[in-house]
Amino acid sequence: MTSTVDTAADASRSTPPSGLIAVARAPGWVRYALLAVGLAVAAWLPNGLYPAVAVDILCWALFAVAVDLLLGFTGLMSFGHAAFWGTSAYVTGLVAIHAGLPFPLAVLAGALAAALLAVPIGYLAVKRTGIYFAMVTLAFAQMVYYVANEWRSVTQGENGLQGVPRSFFGLDLTDDYYFYYAILPIVLLGLAAAWRIVHSPFGRVLVGIRDNPARARALGYPVHRYKLTAFVLSGFIAGLGGGLFAVGHRFVSLDVLHWTTSGKAVIVVVLGGIGTLWGGVLGAGIVVRLEDWLSFSGFEAIGLVTGGIFVLVVVLFRRGIWGTVADLARRLAVTRRG
Amino acid sequence: MAGQALLSARGLTRDFRGFRAVDEVDLDVAPESVHALVGPNGAGKTTLFNLLTGFLTPSGGRIELAGRDITGLPPERVARLGMARSFQITSLFPQLSAREHVALALQSSSGLGWRFWRSAKLLDRYTERADELLAEVRLAELAQAPSAALAYGRKRALELAIALALDPKVLLLDEPTAGMGLEDVDRTVELISRIRAGRTVVLVEHNMSVVGRLADTVTVLQAGTVLVEGPYEQVRADERVITAYLGAADAAH
Repeated sequence: MTSTVDTAADASRSTPPSGLIAVARAPGWVRYALLAVGLAVAAWLPNGLYPAVAVDILCWALFAVAVDLLLGFTGLMSFGHAAFWGTSAYVTGLVAIHAGLPFPLAVLAGALAAALLAVPIGYLAVKRTGIYFAMVTLAFAQMVYYVANEWRSVTQGENGLQGVPRSFFGLDLTDDYYFYYAILPIVLLGLAAAWRIVHSPFGRVLVGIRDNPARARALGYPVHRYKLTAFVLSGFIAGLGGGLFAVGHRFVSLDVLHWTTSGKAVIVVVLGGIGTLWGGVLGAGIVVRLEDWLSFSGFEAIGLVTGGIFVLVVVLFRRGIWGTVADLARRLAVTRRG
Repeated sequence: MAGQALLSARGLTRDFRGFRAVDEVDLDVAPESVHALVGPNGAGKTTLFNLLTGFLTPSGGRIELAGRDITGLPPERVARLGMARSFQITSLFPQLSAREHVALALQSSSGLGWRFWRSAKLLDRYTERADELLAEVRLAELAQAPSAALAYGRKRALELAIALALDPKVLLLDEPTAGMGLEDVDRTVELISRIRAGRTVVLVEHNMSVVGRLADTVTVLQAGTVLVEGPYEQVRADERVITAYLGAADAAH
């Protein structure tokens, strides 16, 4: 060994560059403690916030995790995910109104419709990367928006779908407090699914594709097909969130398909921390809570505040809240060990 | 020759907007040989390399791997059919450890990569084989190091391990000693002469001493065409080659 050559000890001590591996490699007790805290907060939430706000946070948490699956773990920034959130909201609403199914089945139908829609959109979008991918997804989302706007016989146009029922085997879920606990297991399942995807052999390939697509192809991985699969899975999870959102509000308006909804999802993920998965959940909590607080205090220009915070985070904490905190914790741990 | 070639090209051509980078190239790579592609800058070596591996689509001509037509197939298909490549500029996944790189290559033919519902721990089954390959390129003790932390020469060695993990019929190495100090060049040449046993290697290389030490056959390219092909000593003595390329390189030594 010469002096120019690194040693095993040096190499393994240097910090891995991102949140993904850092979280995955945090000591077991840290991960279990974080999980316990997260579950405790989820169990307590509607006692500390307006239950309706807590419900919104759960829905947006799913949406954010779906967007991060692409943005953080596949390297694709979708600027049109409202298409999946909103399509599922409408399909869920229509199924719940017309078929009278228990709401989880209506939500499942909505999420499946979103995943189905993600197949052709994803097929065309994944052939592009970077800003072109974002533009293709935005263009398709706008098409879906206009279809919903024109197809009044089904969507009721600007009036929206009124009276989406919360049917669940005769249980009375009209109170948002109980509805929160009714949807919590579904949301936790969705989040667990996202976690499993990220930490699966498939997730490992996705990260490889994100970091070095040419190398991934040289290893024999069909990059487009992997991206498309990730896109469809992401569409399904976004659809779960959108469907629950429809049942939660008992109403579906065109807003769910508007491009600002896509933009808000990206903001939530960037704020929480791209490529951290749970950062998106945190970001959803902060943004939804803040917006509710601002609108309740009669503040009109909500976008000014969330936009301002977004700019601050992008400029000062580029890794988002979760990414920055994880980074600090890791540095502390390294200093203490060293 | 053509009948027994493992990898062969006929009339291979590639145009870039009116500029012909590779012009009617014929190439025959014999099994278990080391075949070097050399030539001055702009001779079309890298373009030819990208054509052979599917990263570029030929404008004309035909490529066969073990008798099978692979012309125009995408890189992932070419890789799955047994053509593994390294990259000129070290091309790794900065977040993955050396072992994870090799495991990712080992699992690529298994279809395991589609299992989004299974745990990544499933990949542990490749640890043993990955460590064997890392040992083969002398990276055993760095198996857990993130690739971003490896020194340059080690990254090139990891590239080799990844390519070997695909158990390729043909191994294509794009300037394996580019940007290396003398010591790393020696280590890499020693490494390649060890791993070439029983394998077929195509090598793009600038460094003529490396070519002399490794190659059985040398193809000299100039302006996109084959200038000369033959054993190293014969090519080295060829008048045309000396004027076109080798003369300048030899004078520098």
